[in-house]
Amino acid sequence: MKPDLRFELLDKDAPRVTVRFAGQAYDVPEGANLAAALLAAGVDAFRQTAHRGVGRAPFCMMGACFDCLVEVDGVSRQACLMQVAPGLDIRPARQLREGPYAAR
Amino acid sequence: MPRADLTIIGAGPAGMAAAAEAAGAGLNVLLLDEQPTPGGQVYRNVDEAAARRGKILGRDFTRGRALTGALNHPRITHVAQASVWSVEGTNVAYTAPDGAREVVSDHVLIATGALERAMPMPGWTLPGVMTAGAAQIMLKQSGIAVREAVLVGSGPLLYLVAVQLLRAGCPPRALVETQTRGDMRHALTHWRAALRGWRYLQRGAAMLNELRNAGVRRHVGARDLALLGSRRVEAVHFSCGGDLHELPAETVLLHHGVVPNVQATRALGLAHRWAPRQHAFVPVLDRWGLGAQPGIWGAGDGAGIGGARVAELSGRIAGLGIAHEMGALSEAERDRRAAPLLSARAVEMSIRPFLDRAFPPYAAALVPADAVTVCRCEEVSAGEIRRAAEQGCAGPNQAKAFTRAGMGRCQGRFCGLSVTGILAEMQGRDPGEIGYFRARPPLRPVTLGEVAALHDPDDPLVQAGPHG
Ligand code: FES
Repeated sequence: MKPDLRFELLDKDAPRVTVRFAGQAYDVPEGANLAAALLAAGVDAFRQTAHRGVGRAPFCMMGACFDCLVEVDGVSRQACLMQVAPGLDIRPARQLREGPYAAR
Repeated sequence: MPRADLTIIGAGPAGMAAAAEAAGAGLNVLLLDEQPTPGGQVYRNVDEAAARRGKILGRDFTRGRALTGALNHPRITHVAQASVWSVEGTNVAYTAPDGAREVVSDHVLIATGALERAMPMPGWTLPGVMTAGAAQIMLKQSGIAVREAVLVGSGPLLYLVAVQLLRAGCPPRALVETQTRGDMRHALTHWRAALRGWRYLQRGAAMLNELRNAGVRRHVGARDLALLGSRRVEAVHFSCGGDLHELPAETVLLHHGVVPNVQATRALGLAHRWAPRQHAFVPVLDRWGLGAQPGIWGAGDGAGIGGARVAELSGRIAGLGIAHEMGALSEAERDRRAAPLLSARAVEMSIRPFLDRAFPPYAAALVPADAVTVCRCEEVSAGEIRRAAEQGCAGPNQAKAFTRAGMGRCQGRFCGLSVTGILAEMQGRDPGEIGYFRARPPLRPVTLGEVAALHDPDDPLVQAGPHG
């Protein structure tokens, strides 16, 4: 199945904006949940694990698993707790083994 | 520092109902929640979603609007997108879009709800694998439906999500169900409980009918589950009735029950007990929801799994209890208002033994095989936990220090019960004796900047002093 066929967008006429993920542009519904919107746009791996270096994608969609971790403006954030806004420049989370309490 | 009579963490059914009840009795309530709109996970985005997708999501969902509507009260302040990172006694620190804050209150109600029970099996960390709840949240919040999903596990939520996807025009490819026909027979020894939950049974039967009529394939009694794929999930492997199956799958949705999210109640140092039927730890609270520490209360699924209606009732009950403690309600008035709520809750709870037995967790995921990852964050396998135990790690905290399981960003939310389960099995002891990870603040990752903001001398809220 093609990536964009894995999900069905029910609100087809929702206004769209462009965001960037790992340098690539994606047209996604404005105001949608960022993790959901990127998944539906075909993004497979949101971050890479520190140890095995494998890709991870959103798992819980409720802020608990941290597998949707991305970097926005240099700050690590959970994509599932963010909303799509025009011009967001998103990178996969850095592969740091830093424990839960790290501050930047 | 800002003050409130009552600070509630979590705007799901329990938190919203408690807020309404307490505010109605005259208390000033601060309601903190991570999401942009109130509702919790069960009523996620209900105000908008009920209007747009009410038919798909059903009446049990749209009824949540009554709860969100009641938040429109002059004594309730709802702070959206507030991430609570510390609860020490009744002091709560959080970060909202406009910065970090600390609030002092007389009472704190923890209403942080449930998490889906982790379902470790080979391949469960692959992209394309999500919880069934995650797919439901995408549908509620974003109007995005998974196509051709393969749902794996057991429980009423599995059927509900399947039916909602079907109604959204995306029939699931199959349900791979881990409960057996024997589980249902066993559950029927609780037929009295089942009868009291007649409404649920009827609804369950209707959902199964809907799936059958749509031609959705169900495999009941599946075992030896493994999710296959290299960069993302490609297939679900299982055995069922002596046959081996391999279903192609682009999206796999896992679910085998929910467990209380005890992160905050643990960090507060409340006592927890092992609830064998729920296969989980629950905080020890009195019937009003008060813990052993003054001013610390719990309600909703986080206080023990009961579902949305029980959560709402226990929220109201806690709200009345807190109002009484604050002197806003006499004991007689509290008891008069609480009586119908307490008995309604008892009726709702009486169906749980039936449900818990009819849809037990998938046994192989409670004590996963050696090669299976249990800690998703630090990529620690069940075998590594077992080796640590063989080398003398008796409890979860030692195993954590040794293997890093539970040390990652999710702070053990998804591996805690697996680690306890593995140690309990190895030592032939009760999970209650083995215990659980200690939880320490911060409850979520926090930056130094956020902590520092609390001490910013230019911050007018801080400047106003403790009574400001
Ligand atoms: S998907 Fe789990 S935290 Fe975002």
